[in-house]
Amino acid sequence: MHKLLQGHSGLKMFLLGNEAIARGAIEAGLAVGATYPGTPSSEISSNLFEMSQESELYFEYSVNEKVALEVAAAAANCGLRSMAVMKHVGLNVAADALMTLAYVGIKGGMVILTADDPFMFSSQNEQDNRFYGKLSGLPILEPSSVEEARVMVRYAFDLSEKIREPVLFRTTTRINHSTGIVTLGEVSPVKREGNFIKDPFNYVTIPAVSRNLHAKLLKNMEEAKQISESSEYNFCVGEGRWGIICNGVSYNYVRDAVKDLGVEEKVKILRIGFSNPMPDNLIKTFLEGCERVLVVEEGEPYMEVEVKAFAQERGLTLPIDGKAPDLFSRLYEFDPAMVRKTIAAHFGISYNPPAVADLSDIPEIAQRPPNLCAGCSHRASYYIVKKAAEGMETVYPTDIGCYTLGVLPPLSMADFLICMGSSAGTGCGFSKAAGKKVISFIGDSTFFHSGIPGLINAVFNNHNLTLVILDNGTTAMTGHQPNPGVDMNMLKLKGYGRVSIEEVVRGIGIPVVTVIEPFKIRKSIEAVRQALQFEGVSVVISRQMCTLYAKGLKLESKRAFRISNKCRNHRNCIDELGCPAFYVREGTIQIDPGLCTGCSVCAQVCPENAIVPIKD
Amino acid sequence: MDTIRLIIVAVGGQGNLLSSSILGEAALLSGIPVGMSEIHGMAQRGGVVESAMLFGDALSTVISDGEADVLVGFEPSETLRALKKCNRNTVVITNLAPLPPFTVAMGKGVYPDLDRLQDLIRAKTEKLIAMDALKLAKQAGSNLAVNMVLLGALIQTGKIPVSAENVKQAMRTKVKPAFLEINLKAFELGFSAAQTGRS
Repeated sequence: MHKLLQGHSGLKMFLLGNEAIARGAIEAGLAVGATYPGTPSSEISSNLFEMSQESELYFEYSVNEKVALEVAAAAANCGLRSMAVMKHVGLNVAADALMTLAYVGIKGGMVILTADDPFMFSSQNEQDNRFYGKLSGLPILEPSSVEEARVMVRYAFDLSEKIREPVLFRTTTRINHSTGIVTLGEVSPVKREGNFIKDPFNYVTIPAVSRNLHAKLLKNMEEAKQISESSEYNFCVGEGRWGIICNGVSYNYVRDAVKDLGVEEKVKILRIGFSNPMPDNLIKTFLEGCERVLVVEEGEPYMEVEVKAFAQERGLTLPIDGKAPDLFSRLYEFDPAMVRKTIAAHFGISYNPPAVADLSDIPEIAQRPPNLCAGCSHRASYYIVKKAAEGMETVYPTDIGCYTLGVLPPLSMADFLICMGSSAGTGCGFSKAAGKKVISFIGDSTFFHSGIPGLINAVFNNHNLTLVILDNGTTAMTGHQPNPGVDMNMLKLKGYGRVSIEEVVRGIGIPVVTVIEPFKIRKSIEAVRQALQFEGVSVVISRQMCTLYAKGLKLESKRAFRISNKCRNHRNCIDELGCPAFYVREGTIQIDPGLCTGCSVCAQVCPENAIVPIKD
Repeated sequence: MDTIRLIIVAVGGQGNLLSSSILGEAALLSGIPVGMSEIHGMAQRGGVVESAMLFGDALSTVISDGEADVLVGFEPSETLRALKKCNRNTVVITNLAPLPPFTVAMGKGVYPDLDRLQDLIRAKTEKLIAMDALKLAKQAGSNLAVNMVLLGALIQTGKIPVSAENVKQAMRTKVKPAFLEINLKAFELGFSAAQTGRS
């Protein structure tokens, strides 16, 4: 049985934030969940998906975040408790559904989890999704710790039902990927039988209906504001005339700093966990008791701006600070020393920061950037396209997945990336503006997610574009989650359909569709070269299972390769492929047999045929 | 209680996350408050994995530069890279078996000299415990037990407020039964190596 299902109430477990959130949802009696995977949210979904195979929960990997949110919205309007899980930028994809779902509201509790990523550990931007609460008019809850995340998710479902609106649950990477001691709560029974009661004049958002629904949303928000005023998640700690208002992980850094600086008698802390609507009376009363206030929040000055507005409403003129060149930055994430130092400087507290070692004499250490795995089919595909396009002026729009690592040398096969699916859409624009041959790269999961509309656009508007679909049969980057092209039988999961990328592409009406096996280098180069010659839209599907995924499924493995004495040290293998199984020892090239997967790409690239399989 | 701050750095695949989760379970068994955060976005793609663990009453799960009490490095050049987390009073434990990053093979970087690396760490911290953890892991029965060797060395320093017995107890629940014996042996070998200062 899944470890998060068997734990009884009161048991203490050492859990990842994402596990605690999944457990909180189970404790709340979650009935229907949907997701598109994205770091730092992914383990919430993988745990819920696993648990769905042995419980009443229905959980699906949807084709994208918008669909995931729509699936959860429908279930919630059948009276079931539902959840949609995504990373922060996923909510941009789902935003169209979000905005009007707020008008329609829900019947069963619905939680939308958005995992923000300050510092962009694994994201293309660090947008602050608290503004989605303001934009849509939905409540936001933000935990400060792993344990609080569990309790708060549970509460989020109750809150949602009380105000009849979905609730945004906003985390940051340091909540999702922190681990802490969690005391499990009681698991509520799951209400699994939904019932949709027709009510088109409240559900079908034609203008006449929406005008009423918007007024209803504002009323619901007013109710949410009353709850926020007395919420146990907005609380004060300590006494004093110096005020600090903080949220999320910043609260931890503030508490530790106030203790370390020995100013617990002087500082009063207001922790905001229910951050939309902000509790205005609570904050105004807090401000009245302070000489000056510092707002400590990662990301944008979301609270700071509101706190300043509240002060104005109450006629208060005390200094309120937060984001400033000499205080807190809007960039990246905070850390304990930075918060401690800024608090000390702002309130004039004497503080000698610990001496950091002088590292000026440390030699430069070779960087260790992430790299495509040994035996990764993307490396072969990039090599093939590069060779096939030799002599052409090209631009390579790319997309989001492991293959984005193709940006690094020696492959250097990525020129432009903004979001999921953008390789196809920007490819259309480049074809009209760049004056170069456009070759776009997209993975299988990303193609289904949001690549298809761009490709249809290319056909309709007759763009000159080759889209290379890197089909490795899984959503690899986030941890091998399923997508509509995956053969679920291989995972021993029944009852799924399967969508063929090739049939989709042919169905769209692409005139030239070429399928290659990227480990057959010469044959593939020739096939791609022909596809590139075509004036118009062509698609290359490069089909080879992710090597890590294949290993996980215990599929047949191939013999590792070695460098024979025929090697003349041309180094095409290292210089053109950059496979991490290679290393140099005493000036000669070697292959680590423990890393080599036997893909044989290097052997086909070597001009001396010096790379050969290891014989038993 | 005073807060103890521990940083563990490793290369993806070295089993850093297993050792930190064992340490967390051991703290739970010992009734010691513990919090941890991990950065492992692209670990499977050969990147660096870093765990920060705080034992005691701190609410933060992040360790700022210069504030680690103990640094454990599973790979020597990564230990050196993480030296920015240390101060004069930090105890450093490092494996001496290198896993050179691919950039070295590409000619885009130089791997630091191991003797110089140890001298530098010694000069800037309170104490360095260095060992060939790969050799000891092989001796225990598996190349993959480097993590348990270093866990043993860490516990021997007495810097972490959990007992060897509780760590072994946690290993019994977290390690697959087939590998338990090897892992326990690796733990013991690391523990004694740190005791004698030799490997």
